Amino acid sequence: MGKEHVDLTKPVIEMRNIVKKFGHFTANDGINLTVHKGEIHAILGENGAGKSTLMNQLYGLIKPTSGDILVHGQKIEMNNPRDAIKAGIGMVHQHFMLVQPFTVTENIVLGTEPVKGVALDMAAARQNVLDISKQYGLSIDPDARIEDISVGMQQRVEILKALYRGADILILDEPTSSLTPQEILELIQIMHKLTADGKSIILITHKLKEIKESADFCTIIRLGKYIDTVDVEQVTESDLANLMVGRNVTFKVDKPEMEPGEVVLEVKDLHAKDYRGVEILKGLNLKVRRGEIVGIAGIDGNGQTELVEIITGLKKGTAGEVLVGGVSVYNKPPRFGFEHGVSSIPADRQKHGLVLAHSVEDNLILQNYKRDPYAKGGILQRKPIFAHAEEAVKKFDIRPGGSEKRAAGTLSGGNQQKVIIAREVYNDKDLLIAVNPTRGLDVGAIEYVHAYLVEQRNKGKAILLVSFELDEIMSLSDVIEVIFDGQLVSRVPGKEADEKQLGLMMAGGDKA
Amino acid sequence: MKQKRSVVEIISTMRFLHILLAILIGFLIGAGFLAIMGISVGDAYGKLLDSVTTVKGLSYVVVYATPYILTGLSVAFSFKTGVFNIGAEGQFVVGSMAAAVTGILLGNLPKPLLIPLCFLAAMLAGAVWGIIVGFLKTKWGINEVLAMIMFNWIAFYLSNYIAGLPGIKNTGTAEATQTISENARTLLSKSTIADLGLAPTANWGILMALGAMLLVWFIIDKTTLGYELKAVGSNKFAAEYGGIGVNKSILTALAISGALAGLGGALQVMGMGGRISIFSSQEGFGFGGIVVALIGCSNPFGALAAGLFYGALTYGGSKLNLVGAPTQLISVIIGTVVFFIAISVVLERLGGGLRARKNVINREDAEKAPAGGPQKESSKEGDAQ
Repeated sequence: MGKEHVDLTKPVIEMRNIVKKFGHFTANDGINLTVHKGEIHAILGENGAGKSTLMNQLYGLIKPTSGDILVHGQKIEMNNPRDAIKAGIGMVHQHFMLVQPFTVTENIVLGTEPVKGVALDMAAARQNVLDISKQYGLSIDPDARIEDISVGMQQRVEILKALYRGADILILDEPTSSLTPQEILELIQIMHKLTADGKSIILITHKLKEIKESADFCTIIRLGKYIDTVDVEQVTESDLANLMVGRNVTFKVDKPEMEPGEVVLEVKDLHAKDYRGVEILKGLNLKVRRGEIVGIAGIDGNGQTELVEIITGLKKGTAGEVLVGGVSVYNKPPRFGFEHGVSSIPADRQKHGLVLAHSVEDNLILQNYKRDPYAKGGILQRKPIFAHAEEAVKKFDIRPGGSEKRAAGTLSGGNQQKVIIAREVYNDKDLLIAVNPTRGLDVGAIEYVHAYLVEQRNKGKAILLVSFELDEIMSLSDVIEVIFDGQLVSRVPGKEADEKQLGLMMAGGDKA
Repeated sequence: MKQKRSVVEIISTMRFLHILLAILIGFLIGAGFLAIMGISVGDAYGKLLDSVTTVKGLSYVVVYATPYILTGLSVAFSFKTGVFNIGAEGQFVVGSMAAAVTGILLGNLPKPLLIPLCFLAAMLAGAVWGIIVGFLKTKWGINEVLAMIMFNWIAFYLSNYIAGLPGIKNTGTAEATQTISENARTLLSKSTIADLGLAPTANWGILMALGAMLLVWFIIDKTTLGYELKAVGSNKFAAEYGGIGVNKSILTALAISGALAGLGGALQVMGMGGRISIFSSQEGFGFGGIVVALIGCSNPFGALAAGLFYGALTYGGSKLNLVGAPTQLISVIIGTVVFFIAISVVLERLGGGLRARKNVINREDAEKAPAGGPQKESSKEGDAQ
């Protein structure tokens, strides 16, 4: 990738020696950042490294304790986001700020609507939106409602919103965290188109692959400290990972050869309808054995969510059979499945995985609160509950340390996931289902989750992994099953998997 | 650890201060109204204070407060478990009628048998009233708030109907039930009342209220049942995932909540009332319970304190006309208190956006802050490079 768009003589953003303290804690400790015209500059760091703090200062959400911010060479004091917008800075947040029932046009012009007299001039607004979308090659339907369009499209709307307000410096905060692989490719193309047009982009991320694919330069922050700014062409992904984490990160999961044992999970000719009443599982068959990780690869919406919900008892199927250790758990309540060997790391950790308002210690016994030693005669036994939590917090490195009594909702995503993993590992069931277990986690946490999944496999558990991250499926699975349109269409040994071929099969193109 | 505790402390004191502040504002605004009407604030508030600080006055406060503590506990319990029991009014009414009917029809039973029987009947009636609504909700998804408001009226008319039935209705001219059997009353003995100079309706119902309070606290904080109910209340999806029966929990929560309100009804009729009138409008014990739960922060001990406060205002307020001040002043004060407590919640929510953002930042930071053991281990690793 060339840097023909980058004009190194024109710095658009300079952040000099930025220090931000919260009480005794220093979140940013002397950080420097220079972004040039036409440049994609990635900011890389683990969760909690201080990336968001830095960007929030650039966008006027918080003020630096010391240090200067220069935009186009001019020192600027950012008191609020309005100042930032005036200076030409636009931010696309990780969680979109869109009005769901409004149309694309209405969302883009919101707050700066063109008027005719006292009336809104929606025709002009629509034309403006069409113009700007044509100018940057970001095609959208100006009349579609936000609630009806895909996440990728919503992100496009957010980008257009910023451009519409005259932004020439865009901050994208974890822009790919909820996108499908295809949408990610499109976003990268869009970013290149924008920089070709003279815009600059700051990309906050912890996904190394995307940095390699899109960014020109990358600034690494670790524990609030400036580590380095590197030319992305000159470094490898593992260089980046090492800089970020501060130690050597192995991407390859160490997985000893294992002969799979007896079948633990058997799904036979499973049918189900989705919430609209449309048939989403169309006769699915699946087996998972002891000591193997079976990965389900597929594009979201092909039935993988429903498959997992039926196995875990959260949803009812219309026909078929689900056996766990020979016992039918089909259309039985969740507790029945749990008692017969099903445990799971749910896709939505905040909705299904945790009671956020409850303490970590209480969340750690979500399925076992009635059991000895945590309860005796219906009375909760606080001492063993706490002791259990103390052990889990230590063993699973749940941070901050000593968070047994903290509400689970106050932990970061990665640590919330650790609470769930700790719980399911302690549950020690024959079958472990993990759905997108590393979504939104940073490299360090991902490595950790992967290691645990493999460890469980090595202990002889049967593991069903459902993930939208192909890399994850490929590096962990002993067997990859491709799901398409409610059925498993291909079965590929993990070692022989090829990303392109899998992608094709996921799209229903090629049956192996 | 130290940091964590202080945060909890700060939040709980802040909540407490909010409520004290709301109460203060309530009295200030009440004073404003008095001033506008040209009534001496000192006289009115003086009377209010005087009337509740004598032994007799205090005994009245306790008598007045007892049913409100129960309905307050009922609503507080429902808040904790994620349902909003606006139906405490109806549960209270059916509870008091069940106790009254038992106390009238089985009036010949001995006291030690009859009184528990009355309590049981009342709690059962209240629980059933709660369960019906819960059933409508879990079976057909009918909104429990709407259903409860309607069930409050059903209870009201049902009570009036039963009060007019032959065998229950007063044989004299009063539009009320007969007075329940002496054996069903919880009044203190006449000599005790005379010796101590207590209110003539002084009764030991408050002990039941205290017992209920401890029970509620115990269930919520100490039992697996409380764990289930709270989990369903704060995240029914995670509870379901964890194998907790969500519908069963909602029914249980409503049954317990209803039983508490029903018990409140029994204590009212067996203590202070003695009989149930045919009413022309709802008495408001259940609605008062919502106020009590709100002032008491949905906490059982808070409900006791708030119930006593509510009882004091209600009793003291009834004496206000002696100094020419309108009794309605009390409604002004209570209304204002509720208003400002509600506002503090709204303000917290409004400020929440800003705070949430800061929290996210602080949370990220906190994780890297040297706070605990395991962390140090990992940062050692981190420095190894």
